[in-house]
Amino acid sequence: MKRFLLVLLAAALLACPALAGAKTLRLAIDADPVSLDPHVQLSGGMLQYSHIVFDPLVRWTKAMDFEPRLAERWERLDPLTLRFFLRRGVKFHSGNPFTAKDVVWTLERLKRSQDFKGLFEPFGPAVAVDDYTVDIITTKPYGLTLNMCTYIFPMDSVFYSGTDEKGLPKDAIVKTEHSFANEHASGTGRYFVESREQGQKWVFKAFAEYWDKNTGNVDTIVLTPISEDATRLAALLAGDVDFIMPVPPQDFDRIEKTKGVQLITMPGSRIITFQPNQKRRAEFKDARVRQAMVYAVNNAGIVQKIMKERATAAAQNSPRGYVGFVEDLQPRFDLERAKALMKAAGYEKGFTVSMIAPNNRYVNDEKIAEAVVSMLSKINIKVELKTMPKAQFWDEFDAQVADIQMIGWHADTEDSANYFEFLYMCPNKETGYGQYNSGNYCNPRVDELTLASQSETDPAKRAAMLQEVERILYDEAAFIPLHWQMLSWAGSDKLKNAREIVNIMDFPYFGNLVME
Amino acid sequence: MFAFFIRRVTQAVFVMLVISLIGFTIKQSVGDPLREITGISVSAAERDALREKLGLNDPFLLQWGRFLARALQGDLGNSFYFKRPALQVILSKAPATLELVFATSLLVVLLSIPIGIYAAVRPRAWLARFFMGVSIVGVSIPVFLTAILLIYVFSVGLGWLPSFGRGELVTLFPGWQSGYFTSDGLKHLILPSIALSSIMLPLFIRLIRAEMKEVLETDYIKYARAKGLKPGRVLLVHGFKNTLLPVITVGGVQLGTLIAFTILTETVFQWQGMGAMFIEAVDRADTSLIVAYLVFVGALFVTVNTVVDLVYGLVNPMIRIAGRK
Repeated sequence: MKRFLLVLLAAALLACPALAGAKTLRLAIDADPVSLDPHVQLSGGMLQYSHIVFDPLVRWTKAMDFEPRLAERWERLDPLTLRFFLRRGVKFHSGNPFTAKDVVWTLERLKRSQDFKGLFEPFGPAVAVDDYTVDIITTKPYGLTLNMCTYIFPMDSVFYSGTDEKGLPKDAIVKTEHSFANEHASGTGRYFVESREQGQKWVFKAFAEYWDKNTGNVDTIVLTPISEDATRLAALLAGDVDFIMPVPPQDFDRIEKTKGVQLITMPGSRIITFQPNQKRRAEFKDARVRQAMVYAVNNAGIVQKIMKERATAAAQNSPRGYVGFVEDLQPRFDLERAKALMKAAGYEKGFTVSMIAPNNRYVNDEKIAEAVVSMLSKINIKVELKTMPKAQFWDEFDAQVADIQMIGWHADTEDSANYFEFLYMCPNKETGYGQYNSGNYCNPRVDELTLASQSETDPAKRAAMLQEVERILYDEAAFIPLHWQMLSWAGSDKLKNAREIVNIMDFPYFGNLVME
Repeated sequence: MFAFFIRRVTQAVFVMLVISLIGFTIKQSVGDPLREITGISVSAAERDALREKLGLNDPFLLQWGRFLARALQGDLGNSFYFKRPALQVILSKAPATLELVFATSLLVVLLSIPIGIYAAVRPRAWLARFFMGVSIVGVSIPVFLTAILLIYVFSVGLGWLPSFGRGELVTLFPGWQSGYFTSDGLKHLILPSIALSSIMLPLFIRLIRAEMKEVLETDYIKYARAKGLKPGRVLLVHGFKNTLLPVITVGGVQLGTLIAFTILTETVFQWQGMGAMFIEAVDRADTSLIVAYLVFVGALFVTVNTVVDLVYGLVNPMIRIAGRK
């Protein structure tokens, strides 16, 4: 909290003299948000958009604390109920006042959204106590209620009620066709959408009646999607845009060497791994073979040579700062040990397996896969690698067409349990757990601990459970860990506090940006 | 003439059917649009339900038949990403592409004719050799590289020209935003049109030069010169006019190639036309938009070629006669 206050103070100090001149930020992103409706898709782009046009109840600070936004404070009434006291005098862009019923309405809509309903499964309906007090109630004790409140961006319930000119309900969540919410937005955010040509140009204007007076000095944001990496960088270098994201790693050096632009990177939370499929290959059922593969893969070398140090070599899923992170789990490259394990398992002569990886989903994904193929050949595991574009990859991944499959994962909840629920719990079609566990790793203890962690509200106990899971996955070599990708942004030096507005979720808080 | 016309139109319809079939076959293999529409943590059951609702589970022929039936009524489906009718999306992007193609064609016509004629008349002059050399280089560097190179030299290095986009636009009439009427828009047009013309220009210079050389050897040119006509008139009216027939034919065919190359050029310059839209649609597995684009461009191509053939038939009766058995 102290650190957060300091950051706030620094931002305030920087902001005051600069507020005089209103500035325009020209922003280039690889792809623009798919809709104006924040509930239509759960993706990084849509959340970035939500932070521009809407405000969440609470949001993460750079140090991963909770910062009050539309909720001024909160208190736990009982293991199921968290009471939020809402900010008064907040207005939506439409002019409607923001009250507790908007929170109730938004949560109800989130539970209807195909993409968000999974995250909000533990939640019951919210209850408005009065206009500025709302109880958020879970159906069982839940340790991540506040984390999930970073996803509640209250929408203007009056604005989105009724039917549009085509006679369709305004609150419908429609993914592929026309809907009112896809084309209109009313939030409480610092900016409203002045104009939007999808895939071409967005103009955001500062909202005059914004509640938070402690903001940066950018009053117009012009967002242009530039999909080509080289063009996006050239646009920044030529001074045609002020801020770009993401930045391709091969250009990091160039930006650092160029005067007038700044490169900003920070360790991310997206872990890149390989899953050896125990159902397809009897060999992988033997923990020694899986361990041998982990020992054979020099992931620190991959980080150094292929990622050019723009990643962090991993031995577990949780990055530092997550509750499940265990300090002493370190990368364990040891070729002799790997060979010994293969011998002990009776596979000294090795065997041949298949592998798939995407070639446009993760940073350098194809090169990484090729490196792992050559590393595994040192312990006589011959790998037949097939790479493909992401549009085709996921169906192949789900069908488990190969013996070893690549997957990267970022926890939407910013919490360790999310990795386990999707990647390592026993696959179960009914509960949906283990949806991306193509290794078919299954350990009842992992399931038990992960499920127990969900309803554990004591942070210390919860951390112990999640750390035990990380340790089990490490000891049993449930997966082959590679690294956490680094997040990257680049901007002109005119952006004074660009470093402070970015964070590990990759939701830059442009409302706080100060430009020269 | 009427029989010729009917025959050409029947052929065109057949070609369109084949294009739509190919489009549909490609669509099955570019990937699963549902992955792009939904977040990664959405359950398989939810995704399947949506897929069923969009009719993507139906058999191939049923989907194709449904598409054809709707296409006849002018409905090419709905873009998943734009959440609007695909045809409407394409038409909104068409002006950008057409303006780029027009500027490029203008550049090609204005440069290739004088250079081609000059190179034919003075094949040994150093300037002619220089043009020929440059055109070899131009044709052998991929457009993609030419474009990046132009950006780095003129935008990043010298800072003379903008690096991406179309700049300031003026609405000519609803549905057509033009960059031809602002200085900013024209500035944005320069680099993309140079990049795009780097493919066509060498071809036309060489074609005109070769044709011109041949014509200049003919007896009627010698006669015209002997008659004492002005050299300019001999070159343009007697010489150049007779090289036009093959140039028009190739031009018609090359228009298609030009549209194909807009895909690369537009992507590099973030020029918001149909080409960039197509690449993005492939990236996003926006399959209905992909099919609509293929059919639309196919129709454009077929129309241009049919018109060229018909005009050609008018200009040169031998074509018509040869076609009649």
